Amino acid sequence: MAIFSDTGLLLLITLAKIAVVIVVLFTTIAYLTWLERKVVAHIQARWGPYRVGPHGLLQPVADGIKFFLKEDIVPLEADKVIYWLAPFLGFTLALLSIAVIPFGESFTIYGHTISFQITDLNVGLLFVFAVTSLGVYSITLAGWSSNSKYPLLGGLRSSAQMISYELSLGLAVVGVLMIAGTLSLRGIVNGQAGFWHVGGIRTFLPHWNIFVQPVGFLVYFTAAIAETNRVPFDLPEGENELVGGFHTEYSSMKFAMFFMSEYANMITVSCLATILFFGGWHGPLFGPYALRVILPVFWFCAKLFCFLFFYIWMRGTLPRFRYDQLMAFGWKFLLPVGVLNILATSFVVAWISSS
Amino acid sequence: MVVLFYIFAALAVIAAISVVAHRTPVYSALSLIVVLCSLAVVYLLLGAEFIAVIQVIVYAGAIMVLFVFVIMVLNAGREVPSHRSRIAHWLGAPLVAALLVEILFAVWQQFPAGSTRPAASLDAGPAAIGHLLFRNYVLPFEVTSILILVAILGAVVLAKKEL
Amino acid sequence: MVPLAHVLALSVTLFVIGAAGFVFRKNIITVFMCIELMLNAVNLAFIGFSRYLGNLDGQLFVFFVIVVAAAEATVGLAIIIALYRNRSTLNIEDLDSMKM
Repeated sequence: MAIFSDTGLLLLITLAKIAVVIVVLFTTIAYLTWLERKVVAHIQARWGPYRVGPHGLLQPVADGIKFFLKEDIVPLEADKVIYWLAPFLGFTLALLSIAVIPFGESFTIYGHTISFQITDLNVGLLFVFAVTSLGVYSITLAGWSSNSKYPLLGGLRSSAQMISYELSLGLAVVGVLMIAGTLSLRGIVNGQAGFWHVGGIRTFLPHWNIFVQPVGFLVYFTAAIAETNRVPFDLPEGENELVGGFHTEYSSMKFAMFFMSEYANMITVSCLATILFFGGWHGPLFGPYALRVILPVFWFCAKLFCFLFFYIWMRGTLPRFRYDQLMAFGWKFLLPVGVLNILATSFVVAWISSS
Repeated sequence: MVVLFYIFAALAVIAAISVVAHRTPVYSALSLIVVLCSLAVVYLLLGAEFIAVIQVIVYAGAIMVLFVFVIMVLNAGREVPSHRSRIAHWLGAPLVAALLVEILFAVWQQFPAGSTRPAASLDAGPAAIGHLLFRNYVLPFEVTSILILVAILGAVVLAKKEL
Repeated sequence: MVPLAHVLALSVTLFVIGAAGFVFRKNIITVFMCIELMLNAVNLAFIGFSRYLGNLDGQLFVFFVIVVAAAEATVGLAIIIALYRNRSTLNIEDLDSMKM
């Protein structure tokens, strides 16, 4: 290790982390599609993918091969540059926001401390919101560049929905920020260590933000589902409403990119929910050093899996909102509730810090 | 570190020329987004981390979305070149270049390259900006909130089909 | 460290490009975008000076400029929509109803 300079070593470790995260993320996205099809199928009292591999476990591989081999159709009048740009932009942005998510504590090896996070910005939370705001463009441009009625309407509706719910998303998080006092994601998780003490007695409740910000969590999760265009807010891409919405005219690899970026967004938003409200990687720790290093990552992934399962469960259960109901809900209910949450939290925080 | 500034500065200038040069408004809007994002990186390099992220969230992520929406809804197509004045057509670029050289010369005279050293590192995190905003600048803050309210009301009234 | 003159040179270049676009382009939305470009050039100058004087006030001013630009873009685009509804054109030469 002495032959590498400090910055060289840092660069090498960061590249290794990026490689690991990308591989894990791609596998997760692929098997999330399998999980979704299986869970929705069982909710609907049928089997789902069953034949390709044991219990359909090789279905994502088959789907991947199918997407690579399908014919790539480009509409004649489509705006070529933007038509190609939109899915890749969406996918890049979806991957970019994973860069600041902390998956676990840090560990020391050969005297170097390596943390389970690609980079810890001290405005980490705002960075995720910035990337989310830019993600609106991928859908808008996809809808417009296809030069066709349904995609244009789907694209405009979807982006209007996304920018409306972005506001509630941001407001819901302000309560957590007031409690944590920092925008760094690792700092927010570190503030949730330990257990709640009531009158000096240690309770069995962990020090998670969900217990002090329940309204904030509900607003955040609802806005997150609307941001990622999932049921019950998936009118812009619902099949029976707008044919395919903004991705009607896309085929094979670019279509696959839209789906992958939707799942990647789902994962990002669920990671944030875990970090902000459910204590991130905190959980029971036991065993030797190697186990203590891996166990936080395991707890984080377990909580993340619960959120993803909840997303899929809702897809199988709920009907979708009509567009005007969706927009009315976002502006007339969720936004005022978010603002009232901030107001109440700020009073309580000021009262506690003054007493 | 310093070379990154020049890379993103060059990117910003190329994208700005692209904003002005494209005949299709959608390409101009996309180039403006590239300008905004590269300027955000330049702000980051100049130590303004909070403002950089705010620039991306508000300017590139909300204001430009509004622009793109309006362009798509109004279906603004390719711009037809104007045939009003031949003199303006030929004098345009040289005059702009002359203006640019003149202002750059004035700037260079005022701040020669070696004279200014940056001050000690500035704490420009959200906490520092928040302290300044809510103590020294609380009046402009409240006034801008009223300004935004007025803008919302104005936009809704102006864009309505019938009052 | 980047010299202040280079930061200001970038700011001036962007401003002049924006001003040139503002004067020469005919589509009203493009003209509006050149205004935003000029505002950004000024923001860059503020941030540059904030860095070199060690004073956070410059960044706070940028904050306010961004907020005001948002309000101005909202109202301006609403005006453009209303204008398009009445005149069916986005070309500023056709929108010009002055006598000369």
